[in-house]
Amino acid sequence: MQQEYAEFGEPESLTEEVAIARLLQKKDLGQRYYAAWWLGRFRVTTAAAIDALLLALEDSEDRAPDGGYPLRRNAARALGKLGDKRAIAPLIRCLDFPDVYVREAAAQSLETIGDDSCIAPLLKLLAGGVAAAKQVPGKPHLVQPYEAIIEALGTLGAKEAKDEIEPFLEHPFPKVQYAAARAMYQLTGNAIYGDILVKALAGDNLQLRRSALIDLGAIGYYPAGEAIFNTLAENSMKLIALRGLLEYQLKKESQTSTLSRESIKLMQLMDGLL
Amino acid sequence: MTIQKYIEAVEKADSADLLLEATEALAEQKDPAAIPTLIEILGYNNPGAAVAAVDGLIDIGEAAVPDLLDNLDDYNYGARAWTIRAFAGIGDPRALDLLLKAASTDFSLSVRRAAARGLGFINWSKLPLEDILPAQKRILETLLLVCEDGEWVVRYAAVVGLQALLEEKSEDSEFVKQILEKFQFISKKDPEIAVRGRALMALAKINYPNFV
Repeated sequence: MQQEYAEFGEPESLTEEVAIARLLQKKDLGQRYYAAWWLGRFRVTTAAAIDALLLALEDSEDRAPDGGYPLRRNAARALGKLGDKRAIAPLIRCLDFPDVYVREAAAQSLETIGDDSCIAPLLKLLAGGVAAAKQVPGKPHLVQPYEAIIEALGTLGAKEAKDEIEPFLEHPFPKVQYAAARAMYQLTGNAIYGDILVKALAGDNLQLRRSALIDLGAIGYYPAGEAIFNTLAENSMKLIALRGLLEYQLKKESQTSTLSRESIKLMQLMDGLL
Repeated sequence: MTIQKYIEAVEKADSADLLLEATEALAEQKDPAAIPTLIEILGYNNPGAAVAAVDGLIDIGEAAVPDLLDNLDDYNYGARAWTIRAFAGIGDPRALDLLLKAASTDFSLSVRRAAARGLGFINWSKLPLEDILPAQKRILETLLLVCEDGEWVVRYAAVVGLQALLEEKSEDSEFVKQILEKFQFISKKDPEIAVRGRALMALAKINYPNFV
């Protein structure tokens, strides 16, 4: 019911030195995987931590049964959380790596770090458009991590990507459509794209409604407030989405000393979900 | 349709949508005979139906409290969260100890959140006069602590609870002083802009009652 992964079990407490040592050793792969996650989770931004994670990003020892590279995936995610600019070029190189989940983690981390130099390499992955965006036979995923790529381009404000992204509104996977709507709203500010996500809140699949909630929170689309309040999903998720809307409003009005009608309306909706 | 028919419709529902519909219909009856069924629904993995069941239990009110107390399920955190929400909505002082403990120590953030809000909305007319002030002091003490919770949404709920308590105690200068100081602090220092905003809204409401 309530998705609260973070609450189940305290993570093992390491120190920075222990985590880095565990990440650099080669004997216990499980320890390396956990240490990479730990450094990101606890925001260890020292040069030594970044160096160790950049090394882990080149690892070929840790292999999953599907041929994937779990340690690289975790290292890529952690580098996004740490936000160090030194990770940009190595993460861009990951966008050409064979493991799709490494490419996905890299795209998400480049989105978080927020440097324009990754726009062109991200755009390259959309080559072939919707026609090329097919599912890999026998796998749940598409040939590229389209959601992550499109969301990153939207967050980075890559206006030059509009023409490439727009056709993805018609992709057969709803989550890819939502990613396109989210990015198009960020790039154009046009309400038709925000309204696509609002409409998704009335769909009959809970996973997709949750996905639309996350997207609306990310773009802070104020007109979605009532629809978020009313959609059938966990209150925790609705509150997080409404907080996203509220943050946009409050940041807009931070120069003035009074709260706007819009902010008050959003907080009244949130009060009703506690 | 008799209440029994509405209960049967819930029992027969074999899809999430049917369960939601049947629960909404049952909840609308506001009939105490529906209490055991509504409580059972809180333990299903269906957030839509659980919301409807909580609303139904809140509408029924204090008649639902003994059964809710009996059925507190320590192992199903989802059901527990919904039960606390029902208590928070009913505001019956018999659930006060439970809400105090849940707000400050429960494992699940959605339980702490619901309890923190609920502590502001206790129906004081249900308590003997001499017990009211000590209970309100315990609530104040607890909510001031809950304002330091690690989760933004729990701190947000604590502000909502404190605002309601302040409105209840607007004649008591000690309550007013402590709560206003806390709101001032939160509105400047909380790490989350949403929580700072909620404290600002509470301050605006107190200073200009017609503003919000």
